Amino acid sequence: MLRHIRPALVMLIGFSVLTGILYPMAITGIAQAVFPWQAQGSKIERDGTVIGSALIGQNFTAAKYLHPRPSATSEPDPNDASKTVPTPYAADNSAGSNLGPASKALVDRVSGDIANLQAENPGVPVPGDLVTTSASGLDPDISPAAAAFQVQRLAQARGLSRDKVSAIIAAHSAPRWLGVFGEPHVNVLAVNLALDAAAP
Amino acid sequence: MTLNGWIQIAVAAVIVLALTRPLGGYMLRVGNGERHLLTPVLGWLERGFYRAAGVDPAQEQSWLTYALAMLVFKVGGFALLYAILRLQAVLPLNPAGQGPVSADLAFNTAVSFLTNTNWQSYGGETTMSHLSQMLGLTVQNFLSAAAGIAIALAVVRGFARRSAKTIGNFWADMTRITLYMLLPVCIIGALVIVWQGVPQTFAGSMQATTLEGAKQTISLGPVASQEAIKMLGTNGGGFFNANSAHPFENPSALTNMLQIIAIFSLGAALTNTFGRSVRDERQGWAIFGAMALLFLAGVLVLYWSESHGNPALVALGMDPSLGNMEGKELRFGIAQTALFSTVTTDASCGAVNAMIESFLPLGGMVPLINIMLGEIIFGGVGSGLYGFLLFAIVAVFVAGLMVGRTPEYLGKKIEAREVKLTMLAILCLPMAMLGFTALAVVLPGPASAISASGPHGFTEALYAYVSGAGNNGSAFAGLSANTPFWNTTLGIDMIVGRFFVIIPVLAIAGSMAAKKAVPPSSGTFPTNGPLFVGLVIGVILIVGGLTFFPALALGPIAEHFALNAGTLY
Repeated sequence: MLRHIRPALVMLIGFSVLTGILYPMAITGIAQAVFPWQAQGSKIERDGTVIGSALIGQNFTAAKYLHPRPSATSEPDPNDASKTVPTPYAADNSAGSNLGPASKALVDRVSGDIANLQAENPGVPVPGDLVTTSASGLDPDISPAAAAFQVQRLAQARGLSRDKVSAIIAAHSAPRWLGVFGEPHVNVLAVNLALDAAAP
Repeated sequence: MTLNGWIQIAVAAVIVLALTRPLGGYMLRVGNGERHLLTPVLGWLERGFYRAAGVDPAQEQSWLTYALAMLVFKVGGFALLYAILRLQAVLPLNPAGQGPVSADLAFNTAVSFLTNTNWQSYGGETTMSHLSQMLGLTVQNFLSAAAGIAIALAVVRGFARRSAKTIGNFWADMTRITLYMLLPVCIIGALVIVWQGVPQTFAGSMQATTLEGAKQTISLGPVASQEAIKMLGTNGGGFFNANSAHPFENPSALTNMLQIIAIFSLGAALTNTFGRSVRDERQGWAIFGAMALLFLAGVLVLYWSESHGNPALVALGMDPSLGNMEGKELRFGIAQTALFSTVTTDASCGAVNAMIESFLPLGGMVPLINIMLGEIIFGGVGSGLYGFLLFAIVAVFVAGLMVGRTPEYLGKKIEAREVKLTMLAILCLPMAMLGFTALAVVLPGPASAISASGPHGFTEALYAYVSGAGNNGSAFAGLSANTPFWNTTLGIDMIVGRFFVIIPVLAIAGSMAAKKAVPPSSGTFPTNGPLFVGLVIGVILIVGGLTFFPALALGPIAEHFALNAGTLY
């Protein structure tokens, strides 16, 4: 037993320095030099203000903006630290709803959202991603169908033609990677920045 | 299910298959201390470690000495990690001003990362300082993975050697695996994912003003360096609470594919290392084949299940064409999610790119079953192979019983001692998993941590202890597990799941190494062909089914029928 103590201590300290300090520092150094924008969180600025990250969703509720998926994130209640308040797209506290498929809370939430969306766009099936929360609560994307669902409202609120809005959405959509991997997706923040630029 | 989805799954499978031989051969050279590509680059560092530690890599250890060395190393690692977590508030690199980690959470987390489980009772970005993430958690990500592979290599030597007293040198194995296998791949992997958008910075967060004028605090950190080893070492403990679903941990379909391949590649390669060591690569491919079939069955059921919209939501008028998207990320879709969730629980990774709790009942049952079977489907790095070998021993034992002959495996007689040790290792897991679950759902205090009602609530508790003892670390994350009861019992659960398997396995390796080889005869059951693959799969499913079916019936199976009958909870 005792003869194992020296190697255990040396290896523990040695590997802690190597994998816990030198390795992350080296990766940070190289990453900051070669991919500084990504390494610092893919920051997006407009007129000198930090708007957000290209990879992190943010909440939009105004009619003139493309709406993202619902988000289940929360923040501590400022009045009572033991409680939390729902805060969509809280990017310092990622979380999913973790509601089971047969949960009453899930069905109640979705039935409310579906009723609102059907009122906005009667007769069109409600895309699944517009009424379900993502795993991180920070999903930056929606499906092309979910974007198309909102074209009428956006065109009206912005005073743009439907074709113009559809073209802006198409310009900020990505297909599957190499045509095979993942799903086609529309970056909500990118579309909204473009909409602001097109019709402030 | 779509053709496109199956192509994505097939591409991942083919890449893992293609990597198995080259990586398996490399691992054998590394494990044997032979010269290879990286010896000229890092050989000085390896020798430096031995000199400082006073270790002679050529001096091999018996199984008992090997196990003791591993345990002393683990106790030291536990003490260091526990201290860092408790003291993080006064240590440097704490830009977000995180407070000290509570005693029970620090115990749970230290055990969790030491045992390669990476169960997280906490949310990363709201609990851990950068120092804790790097010097505490990243280090154990490397070391617990290296220890897993080291033990697998020792076990492989036990099966390969004849009339031998030793099974390798623990310190040499640890050093070589970390320096030549884990670290180089992680350096490359971390940089690739930074390129794709994973942050790597010492800043704590970025303050943004959204287009609608709200304030958004975006957590940052040295994510990529931890992410790389998290996947390659089948650790699974995320930098952020949402783990690999977080766009900063897993920004694109490309990173998702890379993570899936990283989880499986070393576990798959070890089957080839095994085959090469016993001088019959087909022995390795037979194991690979059995694992691959079990993997395909899992991904088939999970993909099929999640391709459906939740019937309770479709009834409200939701378009089901995207599948069950609650708790999933759009950029991955169902195929990449089903693939990731199967792979992460086949192996003992436990990283998630979707919230398993929100899967449809049968979809959520697949990860649960994968872990219950012992994570022997490629499995955790190292632990997958030695876990599988336990079932191989049972399979040849059963085959021996059927024909009334002393069972043999790889030319060695399997005798009472090996079978008893095997059964000890196989039975400890379900005892911890089911025993603790029963306790948690019956006691009124602990049960209040369960968020869901009805059968789903039972599954939440069951999944926690299955994941803990299986050293997986994924969760039905609605569970509020950060309480003294859950932290403590899950900590014990993880210790049982790791060490009550490792120690019997090393003992088996020791006694196998000591045996003489018997030449194969016409009555020898061949363990390198389809008959063996079928038998071992049968044994795995029968042992798993007999043990866990009642629990599954109370949880996901009951929920499936309730949901389809329109019952909500």
